[in-house]
Amino acid sequence: MTNSIAEVKDADVIFITGTNTTENHPVIGAMVKQAVNKGTKIIVADPREIELANYAEVYLPLKPGTNIALLNAMMNVIINEGLQDEEYIKERTENYEEMKKIVMEYTPEKAGEICEVDPEDIRKAARLYAKADKGSILYAMGITQHSTGTNNVMSVANLAMLCGNVGKESTGVNPLRGQNNVQGACDMGALPGDLPGYQKVNNPDVIEKFNKAWGVELSINPGLTIPEILNHAHEGDVKLIYIMGENPMVSDPDTAHVKESLENLDFLIVQDIFLTETAELADLVLPASTFAEKDGVFTNTERRVQRVRKAIEPIGQSKPDWIILMEVMNRLGYNKTYNSPKEIFEEIASVTPSYGGLSYERIEEEGIQWPCPTQDHPGTRFLHKDKFARGKGQFQAIDYVPSVELPDEEYPLVLTTGRILYQYHTRTMTDKTEGLTNIAPESFIEMNPALAKELKVEDGEMVRVSSRRGEILTRAKVTDTISNNVVFIPFHYAEGAANVLTNAKALDTKSKIPEFKVCAVKVDKIS
Amino acid sequence: MISLTIDGKKATVKKGTTILEAAKSIGIKIPTLCYDPRIVPHGTCRMCVVELEGSNKLATSCSTPAADGMVVFTETKKTTEARRTVLDLLLSNHPLDCLTCEKAGDCELQDLCYKYDVKESSFQGEKLTAEIDRTNQFYERDPNKCILCGKCVYVCAQLQCTNAIGFSQRGFRTHIAIPFEQDLDASLCVSCGNCVSACPTGALIPKRKEKFRYWETDTTRTTCSYCGVGCQMDLLTKDNKVVEIKPAMGTPNEGLLCVKGKFAYNFVNHDSRLKSPLLKKDGKFEEISWDEAYDIIVEKINDVKKNYGPDAIAGLSSARCTNEENYLMQKLMRAVIGTNNIDHCARL
Repeated sequence: MTNSIAEVKDADVIFITGTNTTENHPVIGAMVKQAVNKGTKIIVADPREIELANYAEVYLPLKPGTNIALLNAMMNVIINEGLQDEEYIKERTENYEEMKKIVMEYTPEKAGEICEVDPEDIRKAARLYAKADKGSILYAMGITQHSTGTNNVMSVANLAMLCGNVGKESTGVNPLRGQNNVQGACDMGALPGDLPGYQKVNNPDVIEKFNKAWGVELSINPGLTIPEILNHAHEGDVKLIYIMGENPMVSDPDTAHVKESLENLDFLIVQDIFLTETAELADLVLPASTFAEKDGVFTNTERRVQRVRKAIEPIGQSKPDWIILMEVMNRLGYNKTYNSPKEIFEEIASVTPSYGGLSYERIEEEGIQWPCPTQDHPGTRFLHKDKFARGKGQFQAIDYVPSVELPDEEYPLVLTTGRILYQYHTRTMTDKTEGLTNIAPESFIEMNPALAKELKVEDGEMVRVSSRRGEILTRAKVTDTISNNVVFIPFHYAEGAANVLTNAKALDTKSKIPEFKVCAVKVDKIS
Repeated sequence: MISLTIDGKKATVKKGTTILEAAKSIGIKIPTLCYDPRIVPHGTCRMCVVELEGSNKLATSCSTPAADGMVVFTETKKTTEARRTVLDLLLSNHPLDCLTCEKAGDCELQDLCYKYDVKESSFQGEKLTAEIDRTNQFYERDPNKCILCGKCVYVCAQLQCTNAIGFSQRGFRTHIAIPFEQDLDASLCVSCGNCVSACPTGALIPKRKEKFRYWETDTTRTTCSYCGVGCQMDLLTKDNKVVEIKPAMGTPNEGLLCVKGKFAYNFVNHDSRLKSPLLKKDGKFEEISWDEAYDIIVEKINDVKKNYGPDAIAGLSSARCTNEENYLMQKLMRAVIGTNNIDHCARL
């Protein structure tokens, strides 16, 4: 998030798109509702009529994958009606004219057709957001999990900059992160092109710095992303994978492809707290400890670095992941030892400029938000104040491009996947709590009553769902909160798994994120 | 800014600050039952009454704004008498089963009765009896232990904004209810448990797997391991087991949690946790020692490196692990194995 969680409550208008906040970030969802009760207006753009749609001034049930057309049309209205922040655009940004040229082609009528929403509602949404003194945008994977994911995010940034809504309190471009430490894992360089603190591996100065800090010669060959790693394993170029705390057999697109890839390896190591679907395929399984059994830090969605503290001793012979990794490093001949996570954190701070001023002592009582470059720096509540990190905010001219796999005669429906309140990711943790399993026991497919009628399917009936990748059996949940030609399946479940159907070949060209939010499927009545 | 005197000490506070908050700012704790800094003051329980110089009436400090020059006394004969009467009245319709009550040791009513020496009620009369509602998956509602402080209703309405519960009927018959007097499972409740965390008595308590007394537990402040909000919470532990979770006040979650953060901790001590390294032999896993596991890892990594180069190896790090662990995983891949093939599930 460019801004902070608490700032959500003081926004005048919140534009919520591609995030089912009350289910996936429930405490932020509650704060959005608190804001509405105090007078904040909200706009919701989502193919599903999520809970927050009931609180919205304007609800846009857009067709999955058409975000750019919608955002461009909102900007079209704003510019045509002179609602943009001219001064901000002039002082703080560049490339405005280029962006404007493209946006001018997206009339609300044109976008209305692409997105299948009422052009008048696009106008209303645009005016509401543009006229707000403090306009905040919340989004999540409904924006990113597309073959145009990177462009979607840049479009969101265009809209925010157009209205001067970056670098100010209670505004911003605010992605809500779905897993406890996905922010921290990115910050720490668990990415193929980035060393800790987003220092690029293709920058010779960076490599030199880390060579010196770590006493090694680092590879300058760019690394592979997860989808690429699996593809290379499939082709036989990657021979050994070491997986820590991940379950790609349920979380990654096209399960059959994932399975073939992992089975094609010479050796698979899985380190986890349970014998997951992925661990079942491993040659060697290492027992790790949970968050309750170790010290460390997580970085939350607002960049706040917060302590994790050991409450109990490791269960069985399990060990905290940091100990296992250190021992593996040592056995491989790298002799650096750490007596505690605190010592690792000190090393992190010494090589990561945005964490440079952080220490366990400073975050003992309350976490601090990075960037925090020096020990006397208070941390950063919102980014890009006075000046963007890169200097000027750069508008991007972005055209709408349809999703890779569109519905056709054979597979006439759009499948979009997501999460529900009562489960978490691949359920390795949540399926151990009986109450959650009682409430949300199994996979289901949301479909509109009109579609159910056409298929002669009753609510609660098992149906067959198939795509070009495979087929599953799952239970129909008939609801008018989803449009007629769209279906939704939560990806949590290994049985009736949504990712048997999803498309591993449709990736965003820059970020390599899979297009989980759009693939073509058909639904059949079983008997 | 305004200045007032509380128990002989001077407090300088912003205009609009309540007497209770002003007292808190100079370290004076006024007893409360219905007060919660996050909700609109409603002065329901009358425990927080204080004496004001020049006034015959006691004032509820939680809802009375401090005024310039005000002179406040928080513990006087009159306030003690008033608080004892409040407790006496509450106990007139409250079971005295503290010996077996799950809330004992963490009960605000119990603590205040102890403080003001109220052993039992001096009022005789009808007691309400109601069925315990056990229909929620995660917590129980015992209306017999409810003191009608209203915190659950206001937390649900003003903070969680779900409005699943409300007050029903009037006078002695007043009770907390679900619309149409149904059970909790028929309500809009999303089981966030924020009412349970706010309840001062045993009226709302988590369903327990383990028997424990609060004084047997240790408390550890940590960060929730579910979504990216990073809620701060206290793990209550006993005999190396997590037995309850309570939300922490302050940034970023302001004392709120969701159903997973509050109730879904069972995985930590679950029987099916991996407890030993496992090696697959002929399609079946066999337990091996850590030393054996490490030897195999070293052998396999060195083999692949020698035959195919370091880029034939890849690491998947984890958004569920700590920063320190993610840092070490990428360092292992880059500095020790020699490849940039390191990624995690940020995209999934």
